[in-house]
Amino acid sequence: MRPRQQRALALGLAAAGLAIAAIFSLRAFEENMMFFVDISDVVQGNYPSDRNFRVGGLVVEGSVVREVGELDIEFTLTDLDQQLIVSYGGILPDLFREGQGIIAHGRLNDEGIFVADTVLAKHDEQYMPPEVAESLAGHGAANEAAEGQRATDE
Amino acid sequence: MIPEIGHFALILALSLAICQGVMPLLGAHRGDDALMAVARPAARGHCVFVIIAFACLAWSFLSDDFSVLYVANHSQLALPDVYKFSAVWGAHEGSLLLWILILSVWTVAVGRYSRSMPESFSARVLGVLGLLSCGFMLFTLLTSNPFERYLPAPQDGADLNPLLQDPGLAIHPPILYTGYVGFSVAFAFAVAAMLSGHLDRRWARWTRPWTTWAWLFLTVGIALGSWWAYYELGWGGWWFWDPVENASFMPWLAGTALIHSLAVTEKRGLFKSWTLLLAISAFSLSLLGTFLVRSGILVSVHAFATDPARGLFILAFLGIVIGGALALYAWRAPALDSDAGFKPLSRETFLLLNNVLLVIAATLILFGTLAPLIADVMKAGKISVGAPWFEIAFAIPMLPLLLLIGVGMHTAWRSQDWPVLAAQLKMPALFAIIAGLALPALVYGRFGGLVTVGAIAAFWIMAVALIQPLRSLRRPPGTPAITRAALGMSIAHLGVGFFVLGVSIVQAFNVEEDLRMTPGQSVEVAGFTFELRELRNLQGPNFQALEGEVEIRKNGKYIGELRPQKRTYLVQQSPMTEAGILASLNRDLFVALGDPLGDGAWSVRVQYKPMIRLIWLGALIMALGGLLAASDRRYQFAKGAVKSTEKSALGEKVA
Repeated sequence: MRPRQQRALALGLAAAGLAIAAIFSLRAFEENMMFFVDISDVVQGNYPSDRNFRVGGLVVEGSVVREVGELDIEFTLTDLDQQLIVSYGGILPDLFREGQGIIAHGRLNDEGIFVADTVLAKHDEQYMPPEVAESLAGHGAANEAAEGQRATDE
Repeated sequence: MIPEIGHFALILALSLAICQGVMPLLGAHRGDDALMAVARPAARGHCVFVIIAFACLAWSFLSDDFSVLYVANHSQLALPDVYKFSAVWGAHEGSLLLWILILSVWTVAVGRYSRSMPESFSARVLGVLGLLSCGFMLFTLLTSNPFERYLPAPQDGADLNPLLQDPGLAIHPPILYTGYVGFSVAFAFAVAAMLSGHLDRRWARWTRPWTTWAWLFLTVGIALGSWWAYYELGWGGWWFWDPVENASFMPWLAGTALIHSLAVTEKRGLFKSWTLLLAISAFSLSLLGTFLVRSGILVSVHAFATDPARGLFILAFLGIVIGGALALYAWRAPALDSDAGFKPLSRETFLLLNNVLLVIAATLILFGTLAPLIADVMKAGKISVGAPWFEIAFAIPMLPLLLLIGVGMHTAWRSQDWPVLAAQLKMPALFAIIAGLALPALVYGRFGGLVTVGAIAAFWIMAVALIQPLRSLRRPPGTPAITRAALGMSIAHLGVGFFVLGVSIVQAFNVEEDLRMTPGQSVEVAGFTFELRELRNLQGPNFQALEGEVEIRKNGKYIGELRPQKRTYLVQQSPMTEAGILASLNRDLFVALGDPLGDGAWSVRVQYKPMIRLIWLGALIMALGGLLAASDRRYQFAKGAVKSTEKSALGEKVA
């Protein structure tokens, strides 16, 4: 093949490949992306009802309840304005503890309880997930949590 | 005193890097031998001072000098010495210093092994590397000085993040960075070629071994990171499509494409501008990775450091490096392309397809990694992209690539006769289909769509990768053996086969159960009986632990014993799960302690992970292939006679 044909072939292949990959992956993307929803919005009913989404906030002190001997656990999450009960049936991450900022993936059930399939806490206990820090700052005004975050930045 | 010496040494290194960056480039432009001759001594001096700076920081750690802020934040008296040393690169400031150290060592190596190249060319390469080093040193000195004092000094440090107190993570960053930074050499070669406006097959032959070395370090580094995440993050996943992982994987994909594209440029003098573009991309993606990790703008389980000022600096640096290189590319590349031809059925076509597919994969991963950021900037809501998407998006370009590898490897340059090729590939294809269908069914007792496709692809690649080495073993006496480079290629592809097999099997037949266990109780998972015999307390150097003793039996026969731990590190009071793993080539058994459930019972995660070792083994075999290829005699840097002829080639070009 001559150079111009080579270039045409390369461009054609790249374009065709990208188009196919783009179609498939965009379709999958629609299904797999998750929105982060503020707890206040969840409580007011502004959340995607047909799919998983993410919530994040502080675990309320004293709210962690476990049936003795059971894996299932329930705790309350707050954005310092509203509260949301989260239930989870797996093993919690090491840095999960009361007062800590965490993120949960899952969906809301009919009783208004957020059923999580994943709970994430950060490796660094001073670290606050950025969405959580922002959500807290937005709802509880610039309070301790946000300041704590800024202090860690410095 | 020592930290100040380190600080001054770093400033001196910066001054030398400026000389190394400016004078040789100017000299090469003007044809001034004296200026060009500055490159090597400046690079060596630069390296010496960086080593001094690094040694000073290491000394501060080892001598518990908590008047240094960085040491106070990341070390502690009771920390074992090994981790005091690895804590040097345990966080942002020190890992930058490590980056600079590795860059300067690469630079000295390039200086040493580039003597067979025209002086103006090596001067430009070293100059570009010097400028890159300037950027990183300025960044360190202006925004992230590891030698900053903290007075009055605290009695004890804040300890190193417990996750980093592990041999895997002690060696993972240096190796990964060696790979990352290594692509700066390919980048410098590309920029030097564009500056000189001259790119020939010899250029590709010089660039290839450097690129392959960088690639093989990156391969090992990524594999180590994955292995570390598997046993240390505690929960048995081996790849999370986390932004930080993607940050290392994108340059790997671009680098893999670059290695293949360079082969075409060396053998046939084709794809020149494409090769340049890939060399720029591979390094740009390394820089972008640094930006993503260091600015902390992405939600990431790895994001330790968050600092907008640093992010802004890297963004500007990124803009200058990538923008500059692309501008140069737009100006110079169109003049470089040659007019040699090839037929549609030829190795060139397959390598082109390889490049297209790898670039698509890297693009998709880049898209998925940046999508949350883009959505946030565009006020479209805060989204995250889950691992399932990455798996699908990655599989789309990879499945055709896996099938094409086998054909491409055995296709001749320029033009290939189809019947001959088909006859050669018939047996491997047959073997792959039979073995791929049989393995899941016979060993694991069931079929599955994806696992069968994956196993067929894996056996196909393994089979075709072995054709050439086997043929070389049985060759008639007197005929030449397979070259090291060709053997390296075969081995690396064999590694791909192992890797794909491991991924397919573990994804399909992995068993994971979260259970409740009390001491004395036993559970059965995947045919194995796990008995929690007892739980006891344990004292480590800087942590306390609860250790479980788990005995594993299969059909009553003793298999082994695991000791998973739940540690609490005393200074930071942070808990850590140390999983117990019983590894063998065909399966891992994995037990991790979860939380106390209140009545003496614990939640326990028990996993059966078939063939997961093949994932890392495959990566190591790939790297071994790279090692063989890079050490081929063809790339031994010519001495003596050849040297003088290449010198005269320089004379012509300068004149």
